[in-house]
Amino acid sequence: MRRRDFLRAAGTAGVMMPALVNGYAFKAFGASPLMSALTAAPTETDHVLVIIQMTGGNDGLNMVIPIDQYANLANARANIIIPQNKILALDGTSMTGLHPAMTGLQSLYNDGKLKVVQSVGYPQPNFSHFRATDIWLTGADSNVVLNTGWAGRYLSQEYTNYPIGYPNTIMPDPLAIQIGSTVSPAMQGPSVNMGLAISDPNNFYNLINGIQDTAPNTPAGKELTYIRQVSQQTQEYGAVIKAAAAKVTKQATYPTNNTLADQLKIVARLIAGGLKTRVYMVSIGSFDTHAAQVNNGATETGTHANLLQKTSDAVKAFMDDMKGLGTSKRVMGMTFSEFGRRIKSNASAGTDHGAAAPMFLFGDYIQSGVLGTSPAIGTTVGVNDNIPMQYDFRSVYASVLKEWFCVSPDILNNVMLNNFQELPVIKDTAPCVSTNSDILNAQAGKNLINNYPNPFNGSTTINFESQGGHALIQVFDSQGHLVRTLIDAVQEKGSHKVTFENQGYVPGPYYARLQNGSLQQVRTMMLVR
Amino acid sequence: MTTFRTLSGTATYAGIFGNSELVHLLKRSLFGVKQADLLAFQGKSLITVVDTLLTPAATPAPPVNNYNDSNYTDANVAAGQTWVNAPYTDGATDSRRTTSLKAWWLGRMLNQQQSIEEKMVLFLHNHFSTQTATIGDARYEYKHNALLRQYALGNFKQLVKQITLDPAMLRYLNGYQNVKTSPNENYGRELQELFTIGKGPNSKYTEDDVKTVAKVLTGYNVNAATISSAFDATRHDTTNKQFSAFYGNKLITSKVNAAGATELDDMLDMIFATNECALYICRRLYRFFVYYIIDDATEANVIAPLATIFRNNNYEIKPVLKALLTSDHFFDRLNSGCMIKSPIDFHVGVCRDFGIVFPADTDYVNAYYMWDYIRTQSAIIAQNIGDPPNVSGWAAYYQEPEYHELWINTDTLPKRNQFTDTMVANGYTRNGKKIGIDVIAYTSTLPNPADPNALVSDVLAQLYAVTVSQQVKDFLKAILLSSQLSDHYWSDAWNAYKSLPTDAINKGTVIMRLTAFYKYIMDLSEYQLS
Repeated sequence: MRRRDFLRAAGTAGVMMPALVNGYAFKAFGASPLMSALTAAPTETDHVLVIIQMTGGNDGLNMVIPIDQYANLANARANIIIPQNKILALDGTSMTGLHPAMTGLQSLYNDGKLKVVQSVGYPQPNFSHFRATDIWLTGADSNVVLNTGWAGRYLSQEYTNYPIGYPNTIMPDPLAIQIGSTVSPAMQGPSVNMGLAISDPNNFYNLINGIQDTAPNTPAGKELTYIRQVSQQTQEYGAVIKAAAAKVTKQATYPTNNTLADQLKIVARLIAGGLKTRVYMVSIGSFDTHAAQVNNGATETGTHANLLQKTSDAVKAFMDDMKGLGTSKRVMGMTFSEFGRRIKSNASAGTDHGAAAPMFLFGDYIQSGVLGTSPAIGTTVGVNDNIPMQYDFRSVYASVLKEWFCVSPDILNNVMLNNFQELPVIKDTAPCVSTNSDILNAQAGKNLINNYPNPFNGSTTINFESQGGHALIQVFDSQGHLVRTLIDAVQEKGSHKVTFENQGYVPGPYYARLQNGSLQQVRTMMLVR
Repeated sequence: MTTFRTLSGTATYAGIFGNSELVHLLKRSLFGVKQADLLAFQGKSLITVVDTLLTPAATPAPPVNNYNDSNYTDANVAAGQTWVNAPYTDGATDSRRTTSLKAWWLGRMLNQQQSIEEKMVLFLHNHFSTQTATIGDARYEYKHNALLRQYALGNFKQLVKQITLDPAMLRYLNGYQNVKTSPNENYGRELQELFTIGKGPNSKYTEDDVKTVAKVLTGYNVNAATISSAFDATRHDTTNKQFSAFYGNKLITSKVNAAGATELDDMLDMIFATNECALYICRRLYRFFVYYIIDDATEANVIAPLATIFRNNNYEIKPVLKALLTSDHFFDRLNSGCMIKSPIDFHVGVCRDFGIVFPADTDYVNAYYMWDYIRTQSAIIAQNIGDPPNVSGWAAYYQEPEYHELWINTDTLPKRNQFTDTMVANGYTRNGKKIGIDVIAYTSTLPNPADPNALVSDVLAQLYAVTVSQQVKDFLKAILLSSQLSDHYWSDAWNAYKSLPTDAINKGTVIMRLTAFYKYIMDLSEYQLS
């Protein structure tokens, strides 16, 4: 019996394997995603997450309006407050309403397919666009810089060997797709970015194949290797994306002059076309409304209203399209912005950078309603006053991963790097596989580096395959700091091993990176107490 | 033990200054490498070349009305005349002027002189990022561009002051709306975070400092008629401005009436008195001209000494660039070929590498068409000059850990290849004019095109920043030879063409092979590196 088969059999049977996990009862994991990770197989699910980034810092208070705080809010932002009689009502609550431009989301809410999470933020909010964006994309604490994105970490746990050995029969499709020309740092994994950027599914261009030199071990070689990898991905995924797009010949009507709608239309097409891609990311901007956020005398109109209308119309059209294409049960969406804006408006009919703000979650299986209370607005509001957070944004991420992608708590810790509060996001009735799916639970990718035991405490043995030539084995911590260089020498072609000793390191995930010629692969190792 | 990328520092480079060193210097300080520049500089000393590169270029003539057409006439500006001083009329006109400005700017890059100035203008544009889509008046944007140009090789501290007072920037970051009764801290924040102090490990200015800077900056307004800014003391915050320990607890005592404007000078003195300011700017320059990874050794051996030079020279830009471009570190083998070309560097570089001929400036309608075509190529792969994504500039210059790698992904790389394939094959045609790589004209500029071995080596020495193996060279030669084994097949074909250039078959024979040859060279990943 091969080790991989043995592990899978053992896991299913719930056999105790103390030697393997160093004191952890293996039964506790059962046939869990940890087992899947050990056997390098992705969790069985056909679910898809669509992330909508509202860039620039969205004024949450004029989007999800706390009706029960209206008088004080009107006092704090008299020049931009939405007239109370224009606010869109939500079934079952008199506390909360939506911006008048968001009729699409109102109807989703009243259909039980939209959730509002109030006052989402994090401790010690940062007011800089790019740092705050990094925090949201990486899932870092305010004072910690992470080199990986939260979605990238999730995908690297699910597809441990990516990009080596991909695409393959188990995962023939991109793991994550960004609509646009730049892949989001949210999809950055420990070794490579797990995402693919496309702006037009029909317009892939075939790169050439041919002879090429081995990249030298220099910065130029590093960049050359990176470009070649992208070049290879382009070829590998071009055909499947085109094929998926070609399967969908009729789509619902989307609003025009709406870039978010354009992006979501492509996403809908790829999902309905059968891609197994789990994460899509789209964006709309700019919500950085320091001035002229609303029109004078008609505050329900203006720049912010236009942006909200585009967002709402696009999401509604997308969900209608998904329903028409019979795939709405596979999909959930989530909106976020790097920060909300100040409670008090400024004299330019705008708002400055703020802190916590609401998020929307939508989909057939979303537990609809408003989570949390309206932010409390005082009778006097200072110019620097911000909305305190009720929910950590990473609680939302963690809940989506656990409830939608069926990620186990153990794996969740590797992804979120902490234990975050679970929120009720997905209906209990949602199965991990929402429709008949041909996804198989089996190994994926070509494994060039692994370790045993894992998780480990005292030490673990790293096994790796060299193709010959120079090989490098480095161990990084979750923040990307180099902890140890275990091998930095020419290694003959074949199997090799090296031991990594715990020298009093902090428990948590560590990444063993193999670099060998133009190949590189990362193995996640879990150090436990 | 930590290993560093390299330990080389700012000592003056005393090694060989041969062809590959010259190409490295030119690729980093200009866009691409023009054969003519290469020939002009060959044999000169490093100092001589760098001194030439650090000479400011002549001030270009302003952009003109290239945009009258059958549907539209600008009533205030005659065709071919500049619009930069004409009145604002409406959004439709302004949109045409903005496109004119962007095309003109791209044209300045294509026609750059032997000066680093154009690259510095792009550096400063990224650093002091503004967006035409937000400013909404091309005349402001032209003035802003002219300001960057004026100071590109001048004094950085003075430039920061001028940027602070610049009407385009006052509009872009709401400075003109920053009044004592209702401070708008947008510019005050970015002035520190992005323009001067940055967010390095020792940047410790506080949120209160952001607010206090905003107070110092209250009271500036913009005169839309003259496109100038002025200080209005009645809108200026007259309280004392107390800064944090990061700024040595500096107190800027309030000044009344017009003297309130001098608080800006006091504040800039305070900001530029920090060590962090010069360090931050030098890191930005480093990431633009050398490489994005700054480890502890580079910080200690390169950034810190450059910052000292910057401070000791009262923030003059030239001495810093001179020290960097003549340093051991710049010519360290590990720093060559590691820069991923930005879209602009790529597209303008292709045109200059191959000496693509554009319509003359006097044929402004066609010239602007073509310049704008090249500009658009960069814009669709995420570098739209005049409109960076936001006030932080392009993510490739700040986003850890990817930095320059952000330029290349599965969307943009194929588009780069498509562009070079277009240029080398059919070219781009509009209005009866065509731009494209004239493979014969370019090949004729090389020293010995009849010898396929020399041709391959000479081309790669100019176009690539990295060396390739003999195997790859042989493969490329095989394209020229149509896989024949004897070199003379190429030599015969080239010589036959040269002896009778009008013969269509002779010409077609060499064009076909040269086209495939250059296409392959530009499609290889190596060509993405500078």
